[in-house]
Amino acid sequence: MSAAAGEGETAARPASAADLFFTFNRLALQGFGGVLAVAQRELVERKQWLSRAQFVEMLALSQVLPGPNVVNLALMLGDRFFGLRGAIAALGGMLLVPLFIVIALTAAYAEFSRLAVVAGALRGMGLVAAGLIIATAIRLMSTLGSNRLGPALAATFAGLTFVTIALLRWPLVWVVAGLGSVAVAVAWRRLR
Amino acid sequence: MSWWQSALSAADLLGLFAHFLVLSLLAIGGAITTAPDMHRYVVAEHQWISDAQFIASIAIAQAAPGPNVLFVAVIGWNVAGPLGALATMAGTLLPSTALTLLVSRWGAQRRETRGVRAFTTGLTPLTIGLLVATGWLLARPYVTGGTHALGAIALVAGAIAGMLRTKLSPMWLVAVGALVGALGWV
Repeated sequence: MSAAAGEGETAARPASAADLFFTFNRLALQGFGGVLAVAQRELVERKQWLSRAQFVEMLALSQVLPGPNVVNLALMLGDRFFGLRGAIAALGGMLLVPLFIVIALTAAYAEFSRLAVVAGALRGMGLVAAGLIIATAIRLMSTLGSNRLGPALAATFAGLTFVTIALLRWPLVWVVAGLGSVAVAVAWRRLR
Repeated sequence: MSWWQSALSAADLLGLFAHFLVLSLLAIGGAITTAPDMHRYVVAEHQWISDAQFIASIAIAQAAPGPNVLFVAVIGWNVAGPLGALATMAGTLLPSTALTLLVSRWGAQRRETRGVRAFTTGLTPLTIGLLVATGWLLARPYVTGGTHALGAIALVAGAIAGMLRTKLSPMWLVAVGALVGALGWV
């Protein structure tokens, strides 16, 4: 952990909006099963456009905001260096080529889904995707212990969310507006 | 029907766009947390695509390179071709993009204020509940019935363990899933 990658100013910045586009394009194409880990390596360790502290701060903010985290991160970084033009370049670099790849795969799947081998492979991949998402949830559960709501109340909110969404199939907008408001209000009271 | 024609009427496409527009602003903790509500809308309520197609959409996006949010485009494509993909992607990206640019300019320094902290503290448990709900939704058709329920449960459990206990890239776990599935074990 060198000082250069720690706090403070960073050594480098993107040369142009095109540089942003191609950098984000390259890191998106390396990101199988998610881009975040690759983004950290490319932007902080290799390009040094952000210090580690800046990266974590930007990530925290992009997680508070609604929307896909890595997309929010790309927008913020692009905006920081080249304003709206940079934000669009970073976003386009991240999404454009992967979008064509994934659509091509979808079209191919539609063509071959009648083959038992293809349908089976997709079923297996879907089950692994389920496992990966549940594993992410389990990792995040460790943060509930230090949640200022208290572990019991935090777990109750998580459990109620699961029951209302997965089992009762209530619309998400009700759950976030109802349960979410209560949770934020309780947190507000406890955070003085 | 040609590949570029939409299976949906203009009104339905607009409804699809509007629904994803709302979900974009509810996507606390990433776009995947809104998958259960997308499923409720396009599979359960409107029956535009099947359960298997919905799950395959997410599986394809996870297996392909790029941000996972692209599963939104695949769902749109499966519902209504290119126009469907445009409706769901634009709906998902526009509100959150505008909000992100506004807020990041308004100042990252307000991150430590009580309001923002109450927001994250309160919503983190919901995010976790939504992630488990998403996992449940993807696995449910195969683990609760069918001829290979036990194999499906073992595969989900194996993927969880592989992710938590090893440093394997998710890509390899997805590849194992594809192999096991192609062999007809799940």
